[in-house]
Amino acid sequence: MGMSGRDGFGRALLELGQENERVVALCADLTESVRVQDFAEKYPERFFQIGIAEQDMIGTAAGMALAGYIPFATTYAVFAAQRANEQIRLAACYNQANVKIVVSHAGLTCGEDGATHQALEDIASMRVMPHMTVIVPADANEAYEATKAIAEMEGPAYLRVGRTPVANVTEGKGKFEIGKARKMRDGKDVTLIACGIMVEMALKASEMLAEEGIEAAVINMHTIKPLDEETIIKQAKETGCIVTAEEHSIIGGLGGAVAEVVAEHQPVPVIRVGTKDTFGESGPPEELLQKYGLTALDIVKAAKKAVDLKKQ
Amino acid sequence: MRSVEEIREISTRIKRDVIQLTSSNTGHPGGALGAADIIAELYFNRMNHDPKNPNREDRDRFVLSNGHICAALYSAMARSGYFELDELYTFRKINSRLQGHPSRKDLPGIETSSGPLGQGLSVANGIALANRLKGIDARIYCLVGDGEIQEGQIWEAVMTSAHYKLDRLALIISWNDIQIDGNVKDVMNIEPIADKFKAFGWNTIEIDGHDLHQIRAAFDAFEQHRGSPTAIIARTVIGKGVSFMENKAIWHGKAPSAEEAKKALEEIGPSQFGEDLNC
Repeated sequence: MGMSGRDGFGRALLELGQENERVVALCADLTESVRVQDFAEKYPERFFQIGIAEQDMIGTAAGMALAGYIPFATTYAVFAAQRANEQIRLAACYNQANVKIVVSHAGLTCGEDGATHQALEDIASMRVMPHMTVIVPADANEAYEATKAIAEMEGPAYLRVGRTPVANVTEGKGKFEIGKARKMRDGKDVTLIACGIMVEMALKASEMLAEEGIEAAVINMHTIKPLDEETIIKQAKETGCIVTAEEHSIIGGLGGAVAEVVAEHQPVPVIRVGTKDTFGESGPPEELLQKYGLTALDIVKAAKKAVDLKKQ
Repeated sequence: MRSVEEIREISTRIKRDVIQLTSSNTGHPGGALGAADIIAELYFNRMNHDPKNPNREDRDRFVLSNGHICAALYSAMARSGYFELDELYTFRKINSRLQGHPSRKDLPGIETSSGPLGQGLSVANGIALANRLKGIDARIYCLVGDGEIQEGQIWEAVMTSAHYKLDRLALIISWNDIQIDGNVKDVMNIEPIADKFKAFGWNTIEIDGHDLHQIRAAFDAFEQHRGSPTAIIARTVIGKGVSFMENKAIWHGKAPSAEEAKKALEEIGPSQFGEDLNC
């Protein structure tokens, strides 16, 4: 096991402190948990503790952005995308403020804390916001790269990093670029499009499928918005069917976004792997992923179904 | 420095603009009339700002949190040179920079978009923190309505301002005791206001928000104060200066008819500052 997405973010943020004095960080009482601790200790004058007040944190970050800084506002996904949704809409997006919202503890792998903390709706609610960039990195390496990338771009961004350690799947897979999908594996029969921790699962699924003679392409769609439509259309043409996989509801997230593009430009079967319009619950992450259908095996089943649909 | 008499003429001009604009283009006249005196003092006597260079880094900033009263702000901005008077006619029309609630990205000089209540103070805090970090000694004036402080985010931000001792920031509360559904004290009581801010660690000043001498003295006191943010609790009257609008909740968001506008302009009286709009 490697590091978690939040570890990659924390390392990048610390380096950004040195590289760019316009970078500041805000947190709502979760400094260690979202890995802002090192930055806060090294650059205390550029760290702003806001307390348990996420709506105020987003507004404060927007104010700092409007005065020329690059604020990283950090908390858990539910408390940003959901509790502070309207603050993100007005103060960050409508203002086109240069606010970077970085969240951890999204999805089922939040684990024992249960449904209250397991954001499964945040990608949907963030990608619908005009001007927002939405990124869900696959591992610590990609979280590191994405953190550096959003500091360079102008405008609001939502970066969803993982809590649990995951295998390093992106290192050596080329340069990270916002809005450009990473092809992780070639294949002619079906395309697996995944984000976050599901990229590793999709790679595992592709190996299992290969054993049964199905060659699956694997696309790491780290940027949900702006979406790499070109790659999706190309893959739909080449493989004729698609499976999406995300640690999020099948409604409105990566699966929704891919289905929209496919339906408009290159209609082929799309099967979405994700939670099925439900809340999660307490439990060890591995068991939760199994219960809610987010394993490599679930992707394999979906891929076979997609291939069958294509043949019909 | 302008005299109180000059500011009174300017405030009268803003009130006339508010009536003319809301009557011809729709909008929210009541609170805009009520805030005209404060906005006139800020834009024409108090703030260090440069309408021709609205992004100047060391400017004083006015953060309008209760964005619905923007007719008064647009009037002050046009009359102080941010844009041509003619552009006021586009207020709330399609393709306009003068949105029904202010849009920062559309109109230079607007410090933040606003309208959804309760968000301005957080943004003002962020600007104050940024200025401090940069070593810029500029002032930030944030205006909220009284009903607006029913929003929880306001109290989160009130804590943040005090925690970080943002003494270059003044929050002006336009206390007219009117919100859409009636009297504030009946809808959801917010009183005692000053005691609440004191308890949160703020410097508080209570004034008649239509007495230009008191407004001026309050801002002077704020400028001298160090170590904590200042809340200026300004007693105002919704629809100030127009008898049939004063203290009536209906005038929060109702545009006066042509007949009502004519009567309102008669009551507000003429202004020595600038010319009437042609609408």
